[in-house]
Amino acid sequence: MHPAFSVIFLTTLIGAGQGLFLALVTAQSYAAVDFVSIKDANSFYAYGSAIALLLLVAGLFASFFHLGHPERAWRSAAMWRTSWLSREVIALPTFMMFVFIYGTMHFFGWDPLILSVEQPLQGQLSLYVGIIGTLMCFALFISTAMIYACIKFLQEWHSPLTVINYTLLGTASGFTLATAYSAIMAPELVTLFGTWASIITLTALISRSAALIRNSRIKYKSTIQSAIGVRHSNIQQKSMGSMGGSFNTREYFHHARMGWFKSIKWLFMVLVFIVPAILLAMGMQKNNYELLGLAFIVQYGGLLLERWFFFAQANHPQNLYYQTV
Amino acid sequence: MNANPGYAGLQEGSETQMTQLALIIDLNVCVGCHACVTSCKQWNTSGPAGSMCDDNPYDKDPTGTFFNRVQSFEIGTYPNTELVHFPKSCLHCEDPPCVPVCPTGASYKREQDGIVLVDYDKCIGCKYCSWACPYGARELDEHQKVMKKCTLCVDRIYDEALPEDERKPSCVLACPTNARLFGDVHDSESEVSTIIREEGGYQLMPEWGTKPANHYLPRRKTRIKIHDDELIRSDNPLKKEGVKPKKIIDDQTLDDITSW
Repeated sequence: MHPAFSVIFLTTLIGAGQGLFLALVTAQSYAAVDFVSIKDANSFYAYGSAIALLLLVAGLFASFFHLGHPERAWRSAAMWRTSWLSREVIALPTFMMFVFIYGTMHFFGWDPLILSVEQPLQGQLSLYVGIIGTLMCFALFISTAMIYACIKFLQEWHSPLTVINYTLLGTASGFTLATAYSAIMAPELVTLFGTWASIITLTALISRSAALIRNSRIKYKSTIQSAIGVRHSNIQQKSMGSMGGSFNTREYFHHARMGWFKSIKWLFMVLVFIVPAILLAMGMQKNNYELLGLAFIVQYGGLLLERWFFFAQANHPQNLYYQTV
Repeated sequence: MNANPGYAGLQEGSETQMTQLALIIDLNVCVGCHACVTSCKQWNTSGPAGSMCDDNPYDKDPTGTFFNRVQSFEIGTYPNTELVHFPKSCLHCEDPPCVPVCPTGASYKREQDGIVLVDYDKCIGCKYCSWACPYGARELDEHQKVMKKCTLCVDRIYDEALPEDERKPSCVLACPTNARLFGDVHDSESEVSTIIREEGGYQLMPEWGTKPANHYLPRRKTRIKIHDDELIRSDNPLKKEGVKPKKIIDDQTLDDITSW
């Protein structure tokens, strides 16, 4: 498939925003049971939510460049019963609303105790909003990934690994960002976020590698024989019915050189997993926000390449009809 | 109670959709002349839905939107080759994977005749439906920025202003070798159903379960089997005894009798 930059930015930006929000709610739930204590917790959560919201808005903005008619985008919520894209269109603004409410509640300190069963466990309204937001966050991860995973004849995508990878990679980048953010705002949380960021990054390394291994062994169900219905082992296309190319030759091929295509794979493996893991370990030791910030920037840049590769690697069966001019 | 749920499902399916219009394309007689391509473009670019884009038609890198394309495939190794011309358009699947993925409902399958259509006024141009079509039958119009595809000339086949024999898709009327047939594949007695049944009509990429309504007819060779004993008569009475009749030298010939 042709990797569209609008979709690459959409999926990576909202992934990082979602991961950052998950990190904030994680910190608050740790704090609720007194595992950690945060000085000036409200502004930490409020500004963190603002950054998450900013990433989500940027992702939403990028997505409009994918549309031929962005002014009609409101229509795309209609078919949520059948279309994962429609479900994503509903899940993204709903999640953004919860991030906004969560951040606002902390910013103004509206956080009444609504439930206090025993002394250590304090029911805070904002935590409940955060938990509903977390559910919406996972709904959004699933919707985004299922857009790709539900197309059964794009065999590289049609796997539960697609959903796992979208979730883990987004969460990993968000937690890395949270580590860098906490190094500035709340140094007491660096170890918590940094440890989780490293664990999630390394888990994502395993699941993304599993997807790469799976995809390298794919046996395509469609062949040129089934495409035109002629049983012969030697079939060559002589003409595709157009001379200057068409939508079919532009949309479904990545048009990158094979060497470049292959090097991207190794490049993103290094940039998404190995370099950030090292930078996270170093930054956590020295409590250095520059190293941790670099870890996020490198990981996010790597994720752009990862997403490019994700699209480019998918081989659409229609390509069987477009092999030669 | 039905022991075979698949069969029951088929029954229900055919009840909800009485008619399924489709094209039958006969690869045995298609000569690859592209008349269907040009007539399709002419009819559909002149329709009320607006023109289909056509960039650099007479220049370098010509490109544009087409509902129908004719491709050519060489089968076999030289000198034992055969060139198959392969017209390709939307197959109007009975279970179209492109319809449920559309987020706006712009892509839909008509209940009354099974035609898969795009509402150009609702399409947001997200291209998701084209990803979800394994045949590459949908093309984005680069100027109107909406998804386009074969409509089976829905603005023509029901037009009562046209003479009845012209109420067919444009490509069908244009085909000089009659390689394209149009009809209802759910009606078992229709011309198209009969020909699918009798001439070995098949569907493309059956592995995805899309159940395309359009069918293709394979190349067919007309051969007769001639056995050796039909060339040399084994029961020829003249050869039966192994002795050929010889001329009797002493006998009178016609010349002997008639010459005086």
